[in-house]
Amino acid sequence: MNAAIEFRNVCVATTGGRLLLDRIWLEVEEGTTTAVLGRSGSGKTTLLRTVNRMVEPTSGEVLVDGRSVCDADLIRLRRSVGYVIQETGLFPHMTAERDATLVLEAQARPRAERLRRSHELLEAVGLDPKQFARRYPYQLSGGQRQRVGLARALAAEPSVLLMDEPFGALDPLTRSEMQDMLRALLARLKKTVLLVTHDLDEALYLGDRIVLLSEGKLVANLEPEEFLRSRDPQIEAYIRAFHRGEQSAASVGEKRA
Amino acid sequence: MSGFLTEYGGEIAELTVEHLWLTGAAMFFATAIAVPVGVWLTRRPGWAKPVIGAANVLQTIPSLAMFGFLLPLPWLGERAARVAIIALTAYALLPILRNTYAGIRGIDHALIEVARALGLTGAQRFFKVELPLAASFILAGLRTATVACVGIATIAAAVGAGGLGELIFRGVASVDNRLVLAGAIPAALLALACDSALGLLERCFRVPGPGASADAAR
Repeated sequence: MNAAIEFRNVCVATTGGRLLLDRIWLEVEEGTTTAVLGRSGSGKTTLLRTVNRMVEPTSGEVLVDGRSVCDADLIRLRRSVGYVIQETGLFPHMTAERDATLVLEAQARPRAERLRRSHELLEAVGLDPKQFARRYPYQLSGGQRQRVGLARALAAEPSVLLMDEPFGALDPLTRSEMQDMLRALLARLKKTVLLVTHDLDEALYLGDRIVLLSEGKLVANLEPEEFLRSRDPQIEAYIRAFHRGEQSAASVGEKRA
Repeated sequence: MSGFLTEYGGEIAELTVEHLWLTGAAMFFATAIAVPVGVWLTRRPGWAKPVIGAANVLQTIPSLAMFGFLLPLPWLGERAARVAIIALTAYALLPILRNTYAGIRGIDHALIEVARALGLTGAQRFFKVELPLAASFILAGLRTATVACVGIATIAAAVGAGGLGELIFRGVASVDNRLVLAGAIPAALLALACDSALGLLERCFRVPGPGASADAAR
């Protein structure tokens, strides 16, 4: 196994001494997607952000492609790791085509190259450049904005992609379209993805592995089927929480019958 | 009336230019000081209160007193125009400083985070994200300051710095309302012209949004 991202005994503490991440050991295999589940405040986002050093571990180390991120040049590291967040990630004063290749602009690549790449990227995420390239974020729907956000994260051809609840704010139909698009794209591009999500379905659909965090600790790191079959009380509780609606509707239906 | 204009027309034009020059120079210096300081304050928010407070105090000094204070100072006092420009600069600081600070601090923090995460350097983050997003705010401060300074500059004539105030003071001294108006009307028009010109500029730098000119994006 070839680990693209490796967490070695990573701890992150607040200045008050509270542990946001508590001795995390985790390897993410190259070219796979790992979905990170857990309730709010369980440390999911913090875990993600140690990879591009938006958060510095208090102890332990994070390796990307075998090299400690602390040894890497900060700017170069961040440019080489794609990052997608929920909503608000697009710059309101930039057109889709500029925003998508902002990293290349930061690297002072020529304009012609940026435009070509930007249109290529928009097409890859399912947006027709002719129609969308010159649009500002307010002229795009929520799903379209997330597509531009994804295009931007891919611009510098990163090997690692960090996604923090990328589809969390979308309606279920748009979300499932985005998940299909992402799945197809990842199958083609072979990126190593760390995907933070609240959505069990999304984790099962996109993840090759599922990681569950609870209060900063790693509770599970399993394949999707193993995760569903697990008898671990924390995992069972998590899964139960997702099927409440179905169960309640089913039990109401049984009573009527 | 036409006789009055032929007699004073040249002088009015000359004084208008002088007036504009005093204001323009003051705005130049005020911007050169207040924008960088405002940006610096966003990096050191602890300093914001005392620094903006100090600019606020400057603002409260009555303008005639300010001109009077500065006049006896060695190098400044030699030329009345110097006194006028320094005083006007002092008055222009607050609106520009405050708007620069508030404009940048008001940017959605998530956007700044994204800029960092994308690997923009500090300078790139400032020029590509913060400055464009705060530009219309900063320009609004500049506009407020300019309009105020065009008005205050009329008082500069009291220390002999020239400008349209000269006609007003002369008119008051000789109880000639025509002269007062000959100074006051161009000064008012100048303020209006600056206001609309800077308003136009401000609109150019507005962040595109549903309220702004939607066709600019098509």
